[in-house]
Amino acid sequence: MNPGTWRDWLPYPPNLSEHGPGVDQLNTYVHYLMFVMFIAWAIYFVYCLIHFRKREGHKAVYNPAKGKLAKVSEVGVILAEAILLIALSMPAWAAYKKNFPSREEALNVRVIGEQFAWNFHYPGNDGVFGRTDPKLMNNTGNSLGIDMSDPHAKDDIITLNEFHVPLNKPVIVDISSKDVIHSFTINVLRVKQDAVPGMVIPIHFKAVSGVGAHEITCAQLCGLGHYRMQGFVYIDTSEQYAQWHAQKESELQGASQ
Amino acid sequence: MEIPYSVKANPVTGIPNGKFGIWLFLASEVMLFGALFSSYVLLRVGADVWPHGRDVGLSIPLATLNTMVLIASSVTMVMAWASLKMDQFKKFRLYLGLTILLAFGFLVVKYFEYTAKFHHEIYPSTSTFFAIYFTLTGLHGLHVIGGIIVNSYLWGPGAKVWRSEPDRFANRIEYAGLYWHFVDLVWIFLFPVLYLL
Amino acid sequence: MSEVVNHHPVHEAHHEELGFLRKYVFSTDHKVIGIQYGLTALVFLLFGFSLIMLLRWQLAYPGKPVIWLGKILGENFMPGGIMLPEFYNMLGAMHGTIMVFLGIVPLAVGAFGNYVMPLQIGAPDMAFPKINAASYWFYFVGGVVMLYSFFVPGGPAQGGWTSYTPLADIAPVGQTWWLVGMVFLITSSLLGSINFIVTIVQMRTKGLSFWRLPVFVWAQFVTAFLLLLAFPPLEAAAVLQLMDRLAGTSFFLPSGLVVSGQMIPNTGGGSPLLWQHLFWFLAHPEVYVLILPGMGIVAEVIANNTRKPLWGYKTIVFSILFIGGMSFTVWAHHMFMTGMGTTMSTFFQTTTMIISIPSVIILTSLLLSLWGASIRFTTPMLFAIAFLPMFAIGGLTGLPLGLTTSDIHLHDTWYVIGHFHYVVAPGTIFALFAGIYYWYPKVTGRMLNSVLGKIHFWLSLVFMNGVFLPMLIQGMAGMNRRYYDPTATPWGKAMQPFMEFISWSAWLLAISQIPFVINFFWSMWKGRKVTSDNPWDATTLEWSAPTPPPHGNFPTPPEVYREPYEYSVPGKEKDFSPQFIKEA
Repeated sequence: MNPGTWRDWLPYPPNLSEHGPGVDQLNTYVHYLMFVMFIAWAIYFVYCLIHFRKREGHKAVYNPAKGKLAKVSEVGVILAEAILLIALSMPAWAAYKKNFPSREEALNVRVIGEQFAWNFHYPGNDGVFGRTDPKLMNNTGNSLGIDMSDPHAKDDIITLNEFHVPLNKPVIVDISSKDVIHSFTINVLRVKQDAVPGMVIPIHFKAVSGVGAHEITCAQLCGLGHYRMQGFVYIDTSEQYAQWHAQKESELQGASQ
Repeated sequence: MEIPYSVKANPVTGIPNGKFGIWLFLASEVMLFGALFSSYVLLRVGADVWPHGRDVGLSIPLATLNTMVLIASSVTMVMAWASLKMDQFKKFRLYLGLTILLAFGFLVVKYFEYTAKFHHEIYPSTSTFFAIYFTLTGLHGLHVIGGIIVNSYLWGPGAKVWRSEPDRFANRIEYAGLYWHFVDLVWIFLFPVLYLL
Repeated sequence: MSEVVNHHPVHEAHHEELGFLRKYVFSTDHKVIGIQYGLTALVFLLFGFSLIMLLRWQLAYPGKPVIWLGKILGENFMPGGIMLPEFYNMLGAMHGTIMVFLGIVPLAVGAFGNYVMPLQIGAPDMAFPKINAASYWFYFVGGVVMLYSFFVPGGPAQGGWTSYTPLADIAPVGQTWWLVGMVFLITSSLLGSINFIVTIVQMRTKGLSFWRLPVFVWAQFVTAFLLLLAFPPLEAAAVLQLMDRLAGTSFFLPSGLVVSGQMIPNTGGGSPLLWQHLFWFLAHPEVYVLILPGMGIVAEVIANNTRKPLWGYKTIVFSILFIGGMSFTVWAHHMFMTGMGTTMSTFFQTTTMIISIPSVIILTSLLLSLWGASIRFTTPMLFAIAFLPMFAIGGLTGLPLGLTTSDIHLHDTWYVIGHFHYVVAPGTIFALFAGIYYWYPKVTGRMLNSVLGKIHFWLSLVFMNGVFLPMLIQGMAGMNRRYYDPTATPWGKAMQPFMEFISWSAWLLAISQIPFVINFFWSMWKGRKVTSDNPWDATTLEWSAPTPPPHGNFPTPPEVYREPYEYSVPGKEKDFSPQFIKEA
């Protein structure tokens, strides 16, 4: 079955990441199972309601229904659930959580949630993140508390609500939060991960299509501005990405001179 | 209207309602303190450094004394119940009175421990260790106070029931005793967890 | 009180003539307490429902003012009639809290459990009548505290009914009141659950073995154990959060928190996820506290109206017991997105799939009970059979949420809201309506009007689905829940017609409850009087008691001769053989 057909009748948003089809596939199969069970129940149910309604000359039977078919179908349901669990859900989750690309080969970005925005921290040309310290965080230009005395910090790119990723390149995102729990959500990439303060949680994905801007949202209630805690992910071609990166670096150099 | 098995044992389960009820209550108390002990473990495992109680000024001699006091009070509680069973009401009053006094003794020692901490400007907000220390011992202290209230009632006005329904009264002392042993038991867990380990 | 004493001088032989206060307010009679629980819970249900109808206005027409409401609610909530985002969050948090802890559980357990269970086991009252009364009053005070929190500075709790930390730790003072209220409610259900368990184990009447108990009693029995053992961890969590808020500790606050550019003064060192573990350790069993009594009621009504024994009585009972035990091992399936590794998630998604099986078995058993029946479509039966497909949708939509991988897409979307509302709204609440229509004649001596009842049923059924079915589609499309302004994102804007449709369905659902309210009060005085103590020709013990049952329930303790659902026994003249009638 190709992804086009089985996606069409469930209202999924577009699916642009490498692991995304696996998520949708499981979701669709589970819904198949649900529909089959529900329809079977419903047919039996409606038949009973009509056929066994109270009327003249009709009496209830004391002995229970045989229920052999029901028992067989219950075993079927158990098997179906087991298959979905073991064959689809567990491997896909393991791939999402375990099979990380190597740090060298991937683009590393830190995502830091705060009320009510997403901060993105790129390591810059040297590929090393500058030191950060919560004590240095302020609202006047250093929202991530970057220690500018660290040489690695000089070329770090910081963006607010603007997340650039190159197409077809694995991205590792280290997610954390400054204040309360947020949930970093990019629907079209099938990415969702809580940003828990005090923890750094890595996830990875690879965008395989959909060059352009797509929304990033927060899925965990984080206060009165929860609904407007949104940014955009820009899926760039490698040229676009290189251009954006170079431009940001030159802005930084201009600022420091 | 008479509630069945409120004094006599149910022939199937072998216990009266009240005893069953107090055991269920203690089961829920186990879940309450169990959740707090689990939280303690989780916080301790997640912490970078975790102090030894004695290194941050907890007094092991005082806590040992308090452990002895509580164990003694458990013994006098049993004696109080046994005295009732032997129909010696005066002895019962003596032993239950001793239990109450020992419980007060425990609280007095605890009071000195707390004030010593406050004197050194140590509060629950000082560190995670002291947060869990004050929460666990505080909640345990509340249970001790609860025990004192119940036992004092049974020593004083509640003892009237002895004359009209001695069996019912003896049951009540037994239930209060079960609760009291539980409070004692919680302390026996708290003592090593907070002071020694 | 002295006046009351004067009216009833001591020389009266029985002191059953209690004063008004002792008889109707501070009563220790399980039936009066049950009615108190029921009426209070219905008021809270209505109140919790009103909150969400207000909230649905903002979702359907974001930012559109309602001038008159603004004047009533004032500048702090709706300045100029436009709802503030804080107020939106308060409505959401308090809707959840009130519906779960002050509405459904008190109605299902406090009201039905209290009123029906002792009657069904042939007991004169609960094992501890005074503690039973105390349980109600703790609940009442907890409710008052929750209501009071609407009037404190900064308004009531606004961190969701789950009160996740650190958000709840740094919330205004209303959150403290929420925690205090919860401590009262926890104490209430603790006292209640001890009473239920002791009563069921110790006070069954002669001949009533465990395998002759009605399914409803079994459901209450398991529910009581869940309340007894699952609530204390939440109490522990509430104590820790109170310490965080009042004593400046950091149980749920990690080091280095910076809130709006300011480093917070707490020392840190705590864990935000600790709260979630403690909370869900309660709140998953709580889900079964919501559904099991409902299943019990549905089983009673279905057996009575199919006029045949339930299919697989023991199967149902074992499933209920299995669900009860298993429900303590699935809590972290609410936390798949908190950075859980593969080992933990494998464990919790497996237990979650396993716990879905007994629910399927119960549902299948109830469906099989219809085969070979002679179904009477009475009003309680309509609600009970509608429960089956509605609960089926609720249960089935739990599957994709219980599997970690599909949960990536559906977690914290409207799909979740649709899922659990199908379980509790057209699920449990329909079961509770079935219970009200079924036992009303035993309580009042009069029947509820069946025409009004049927209008109530059909309208509720249509609009319940109008509310919750579109939510599943919204969730599949990836719309996040708890958004003050759903049109804030381009994707949400495209889905806005769904929001309007749902809101209108919700308001029409509210209007659909008017026939019920009229029926409820009108029938109390004008309803058709029952001519027998057993108007439904039922088999369980509560129908052998006088109508309404007096203090002490049974003139002589009843005796039980057979299984609970002996309908249409071959060779018998009548199509029902009650437990309490000795036949040759």
